[in-house]
Amino acid sequence: MLLYRLPGLRLLLILSPPLLWMLVIYLGALAFLFLTAFWRQDPLTAAIVQDWGLQNFRALLAEGVYRQIAIRTVGIALAVTLTDVVLAFPIAYYAARIASPRVRTFLLLSMVLPLWSSYLVRVYAWRTILSGDGLLNWSLHQLHLGTTNLGFSKWSLWIVFCYLWLPYVLLPMYAAVERIPDSLIEASTDLGARWGTTLSRVILPIVWPGIVAGSIFAFSLTLGDYIAPDLVGDTEFIGNVIYQSVGVANNVPFAAAYAIVPALIMAAYLLIARQMKAFEAL
Amino acid sequence: MFGEVVAVAGVDLEILQGEFFSLLGPSGCGKTTCLRMIAGFEEPTAGRILLLGQDVSRLPAYERDVNTVFQDYALFPHMTVAANVEYGLKVKRIRVQERRRRVREALRMMRLERLERRKPGELSGGQRQRVALARALVNQPRVLLLDEPLGALDLKLRQQMQIELKSIQERMGMTFIYVTHDQEEALTMSDRLAVLNQGRVEQVGSPAEVYERPATSFVAGFVGASNVLAGDAARAVTGQAAAFTVRPEKIRLARLEEITGADEWTATGTVREVVYVGAFTRYIVDLDGGGELVVLQQNLAMSSMQVLKTRGTAIRLIWNKEHNRLLAEPAEPKGTEEEVDR
Repeated sequence: MLLYRLPGLRLLLILSPPLLWMLVIYLGALAFLFLTAFWRQDPLTAAIVQDWGLQNFRALLAEGVYRQIAIRTVGIALAVTLTDVVLAFPIAYYAARIASPRVRTFLLLSMVLPLWSSYLVRVYAWRTILSGDGLLNWSLHQLHLGTTNLGFSKWSLWIVFCYLWLPYVLLPMYAAVERIPDSLIEASTDLGARWGTTLSRVILPIVWPGIVAGSIFAFSLTLGDYIAPDLVGDTEFIGNVIYQSVGVANNVPFAAAYAIVPALIMAAYLLIARQMKAFEAL
Repeated sequence: MFGEVVAVAGVDLEILQGEFFSLLGPSGCGKTTCLRMIAGFEEPTAGRILLLGQDVSRLPAYERDVNTVFQDYALFPHMTVAANVEYGLKVKRIRVQERRRRVREALRMMRLERLERRKPGELSGGQRQRVALARALVNQPRVLLLDEPLGALDLKLRQQMQIELKSIQERMGMTFIYVTHDQEEALTMSDRLAVLNQGRVEQVGSPAEVYERPATSFVAGFVGASNVLAGDAARAVTGQAAAFTVRPEKIRLARLEEITGADEWTATGTVREVVYVGAFTRYIVDLDGGGELVVLQQNLAMSSMQVLKTRGTAIRLIWNKEHNRLLAEPAEPKGTEEEVDR
């Protein structure tokens, strides 16, 4: 009765648990991470000293290797994002607009299916395919095509990431393509546009928010990954450095400082996406 | 759209230049399929479509000099009103100055000047309708195809748009092919119309011809109320079993004892139902000789109270013999009622 008459109170009750969760656990942890970045590790005892200063950031800027790793991580993340978008669009378009209902169900299922298996299993599967005496080289050898040295390089990393995040790019894009009414495409044709013009002037602009949504997944997931570089790559990502700083060196302040880098990059990415009006349809 | 199912068969229509031509029929009769084939969205498996003597049956939609106003308007949601209207000209690479001029003109004609910067999502149904029209008209097509364009509007707006559409068509001298299931709409606007049923043309003619001299019982039932008497019920009136129809407003209600002239048909019956509609009243009369007739009477001197009192009374119906229209095939008075309601 009381709750019925006071919608404000009802709202407060409904929203407070998730809000508390958001504030304390998520934003709180982020804030704490940010603060930690200004502490330092005592070089002798390896204990953490709560001395406020910019020494971690100074170290990040001074050492070229950290900049290199960051640039490499962002570069591969961008390449993966672009590749996935290019791969996903025709699949999403075919599944949403051309395929018969049965083929569509099959395609949708095969999009989602990989997500139901463990991430580690999928990465290890690729490891067995790409490794020196793995499936890929064996097949090439059987076909008398020689062998490649794909295994454990930036290329293999690129392939594996593209595979891992493709479903996350596909699904929002599929949803966006599916929402376009047939009549819009017919109207464009009716007004004299060929297929290419319809694609660039009508379909892509409407699907754009879906493309950006998917790209945010691919980009952020690559940016934060540290397992795949370990298992199928030969280079380090930002995540690997952070992992080693925490796990091996116990230098949490430095890890925190470095972790701010991908957070900032992600913020920039989202800002650019907003500039490109990707969120207007939300 | 319909796969291998035959949606239309034996549709043979000749539409004159500058004519307002309607395709009228119940849903599923094939009228939209006809329109889509003219537009080029669907290919006929057999037969040809000629546009000004040129066979366009195999021409893709973007090369046909026709434009469509879609049922759901199909405005591009990411473009402003002006950009929507400009689209066709831009795609056809018309020069900028001419493009601007024609867009401005089309917007002015549809009274959209002040809305040109809005997006379709910010417009009302009637405004969207006008944008869809402007977007098609700006291309000055040979033929404008309209697929139930007024279906989503409320009654007032619909009647207003009917008049507006007709006047635009007359002013521009453009050929309009208009698809609708609303008989009133087709009768008000068309120069000529075709009544379609189950993929076939039942009748082609001017609104007056189709209304006053329906060729088949389907047309009689679909255009106007279904007043068809056949078999014994017909014999009780005319002495012949041939099916006939008579329009409800041509019948006069009279006292039982009233004497009829030689040029009049008459029948007696009981008023089963009285529907008071304000300006007029609809009576459904069970005839003594079998069958029923619907009668429309203006409420010249009757109040609703008086009108409703006639229910259950015995009554005589009288109408002029010239309003009787013999039908071509055996009548099926019940089968068509459903479609009238739609």
